[in-house]
Amino acid sequence: MADLSIDFCGIKSPNPFWLASAPPANSGDQVMRAFDAGWGGAVWKTLGDPIVNVSSRFGAVDYSNAKMMGLNNIELITDRTLDANLREIREVKKRFPKHAVIASLMTETKNDWKVLIKKVEDAGCDGLELNFGCPHGMCERGMGSSVGQEPKLLAEITSWTKEFAKTPVLVKLTPNTGDILEPGLAAVAGGGDGISLINTIKSIIGIDLDRMVPIPRVGTGSSNGGYCGPAVKPIALHMVAALARDPNIKIPISGIGGISTWRDAAEFIALGCTSVQVCTAVMHYGFRIVRDLIDGLDRFLNEQGMKSVMDLRGRAIDAYKEWGDLDLNYKVVAKIDANKCIGCQLCVAACQDGAHQCIFTGPNDQKRPPQAHYPNDMAIAPKPQIVGKIAGNRVPWVDEPECVGCNLCQLVCPVDGCITMAEMPEDKPETWNDRVAQGRDKQPGGIHD
Amino acid sequence: MTSELLRILPSDRRENALADKKPLYLAAEARAEAERCLYCADAPCIKACPTEIEIPTFIKQIATGNVDGSAKTIFDQNILGYSCARVCPVEVLCVGSCVYNGWNKEPIQIGRLQRFATETHGESVKHGKKKPLYVAKKNASPKKIALIGAGPASLACAASLALEGHACTIFEKRAVPGGLNTTGIAPYKLHAEDALHEVEMVLGLGVELKTSVEIGRQVSGSVLLKDFDVVYIGVGLGNDSKLGIPGEDGPGVMGAVEWIEEMKVSPAKKGSLGRVAVIGAGNTAIDVARECALLGADLVHMIYRRSKNEMSGYLHEMNGARKEGVVLVENRQPVAFVRDSNGALTAVRVAKMEDGKIVPGSEGDIPCAHAFVAVGQSKLREIAAELPGVEVDAKGCVVADPKTGATGNEKVFAGGDCINGGKEVVNAVANGRDTARFLISRWLRAGAK
Repeated sequence: MADLSIDFCGIKSPNPFWLASAPPANSGDQVMRAFDAGWGGAVWKTLGDPIVNVSSRFGAVDYSNAKMMGLNNIELITDRTLDANLREIREVKKRFPKHAVIASLMTETKNDWKVLIKKVEDAGCDGLELNFGCPHGMCERGMGSSVGQEPKLLAEITSWTKEFAKTPVLVKLTPNTGDILEPGLAAVAGGGDGISLINTIKSIIGIDLDRMVPIPRVGTGSSNGGYCGPAVKPIALHMVAALARDPNIKIPISGIGGISTWRDAAEFIALGCTSVQVCTAVMHYGFRIVRDLIDGLDRFLNEQGMKSVMDLRGRAIDAYKEWGDLDLNYKVVAKIDANKCIGCQLCVAACQDGAHQCIFTGPNDQKRPPQAHYPNDMAIAPKPQIVGKIAGNRVPWVDEPECVGCNLCQLVCPVDGCITMAEMPEDKPETWNDRVAQGRDKQPGGIHD
Repeated sequence: MTSELLRILPSDRRENALADKKPLYLAAEARAEAERCLYCADAPCIKACPTEIEIPTFIKQIATGNVDGSAKTIFDQNILGYSCARVCPVEVLCVGSCVYNGWNKEPIQIGRLQRFATETHGESVKHGKKKPLYVAKKNASPKKIALIGAGPASLACAASLALEGHACTIFEKRAVPGGLNTTGIAPYKLHAEDALHEVEMVLGLGVELKTSVEIGRQVSGSVLLKDFDVVYIGVGLGNDSKLGIPGEDGPGVMGAVEWIEEMKVSPAKKGSLGRVAVIGAGNTAIDVARECALLGADLVHMIYRRSKNEMSGYLHEMNGARKEGVVLVENRQPVAFVRDSNGALTAVRVAKMEDGKIVPGSEGDIPCAHAFVAVGQSKLREIAAELPGVEVDAKGCVVADPKTGATGNEKVFAGGDCINGGKEVVNAVANGRDTARFLISRWLRAGAK
């Protein structure tokens, strides 16, 4: 079995799976049940001056029969008293001394931070997470993402907390910013020991068209909320990678954003995360999902011959390049497995209307557009006669010289493994930047007439 | 209108005892099923539908909550889309062609979705929540069309013509309109009053209906040809064919179609059916056998002169009947109906068949109190005699162009069972609609000159 334990800037955890600071980590009872289920750590629901919440609070994006692809909330920080939270943190740490309990904090003045940090550290928490990310409600009062969007302010408040804290300080960033590197570097400048990201994305999840009120509806109105869940994972992966590959950011990263499965977690770790935080998937399915998070990651590490989570960390960073460094001579073309095809022809519609017009219906199709990619003297191959085991003559065919290898057909195909992208023999690799360096292509950014 | 048509039906019909096998979907069920649809391009389900309904489109419209739009998509191609949704053998048409079949997945329940859209829309119109989808146009030079028989072919033809502002009059020899939809469809698929609601919808477009008028008796064909621009023959088929064996005439033996009609539109008779023998193995035979089993017959035998592999009835229907307890007796030819001294039916005498010949000495009796003969229906040859130029082929079918319905008399068109010898309701609808479209375009072209 691989070693799943981690040391996150001094915070030790039996595995990299933490509950994010959110409703699942709202109370001692929840956190203890989570730890019993197998979670390695929990970032407590943000502590501060208790607020009053609204009803309702959540809205979701469903897609087809899948529920909650994206989730948005207008819930704020804890609405429970600080004393009750501190008592429960103390109890959790007493019963689970080897698990990580990190207190998420949000307050205003320097003295408030001093008082709050002292109290949570006295209660026994293993670390602090500064909530500079919340994009709804709290930011209207000058906290949350309104700090995360001001690098100077972010660095300054981080440095205050470092004056007072005995435990490691994680700075949680908001994605609601132009360039994530600015707040990331500010967190480093302020002395932060680690970074967690992303917090939720400022959003309006939808409109109740019968009432003409945004969702989630609070009586006759609503407010923008914070967007999370599987739909935001790509945004989070990019922001994590942008920080992880920057040489000036050496502190550990805790990845957050749509993590639902061990595969998601492995991807975040491969892009440089040391721990991952999960919220929406738990809100959807409960703490029990951690069983497969652990088991799946363990099996994956074993199969890859990796001994620990640290072996996986950052493995994919080097392959994240600038576009100008991609090989222009690399080529793949779509191949349709005639015997797996069910004949839905979604690839035909997608390729004809949404891509590059190189997939056609069965042998009866007589329409062939002007051949953009054929050299003038190239003989056009006869149309293949394909009959599939399932789809009969509804199996489409690919005009390979015309295929640009965009992947769209593979993405829309409902049958796993039916369409594959086959690598074509390649000339010497060459990038756009190579061409520009050799003067064979124009510098980008102008018409150059 | 409503009360008038429905008042014809007695309230205590035998069919009342037979519940819907495929009840109306709840909205959530319909949406979930609709979301499963892959939305195939050039979809095979459309090609499998004799009326070529844009099935993926109407399903998508259910998924998006546009149920009225979905109903319109259906009705635009098939004005009797409601009854077709309930009576079509979808297993061998649209559902049977769903690409999921080849993938060993449950095919999309297209019939049930079509019923959901059409019935939900129909109910909302009935209760005044929505306006009807169609309003007949004003036509400056309306044509007069007489339609003989108020079954699906005539209804579809009349509806399409009425929408263009033409004056349609349907002559029906029965007291109830609707043809086999009212009198001949298995009640677990469609009850008579549901069929009549659909007839009302067509009449609501301005179509005139004259019931209990038989052409050739109350009104002659020559009068129709004189008073109308076009005469449409949609008479369907005639009475049940007979076996022509001893004992057939008398109580207890009845034609299958006659029996279904009695069950659907006549007051229920008291008393048990006892043991039932059904002669034949087509879909009507299966329907009757299944209905008798559901109505509590002691035992139902289906007697067929050939083997089950040669049955003309659909396998999925036979399997349904088997589940209700119907017993198929293969390779037996009825040779006589056996009666006691009072003339009451006691058995069907059958002989074994081998290689299409009766095996001498193989006779035996299958006891029964009722026998229903389902070996086909006679053809209504007389109608041709009323309309000069209209021909009947050797099988007794009216000779007509299957695409336009044109007959040997340029004023006379025909469609439905009377030209095809007995197919599905949806084929009759396609015929009626196609004749209407042909006439409309012809008149438009003539008007434009």
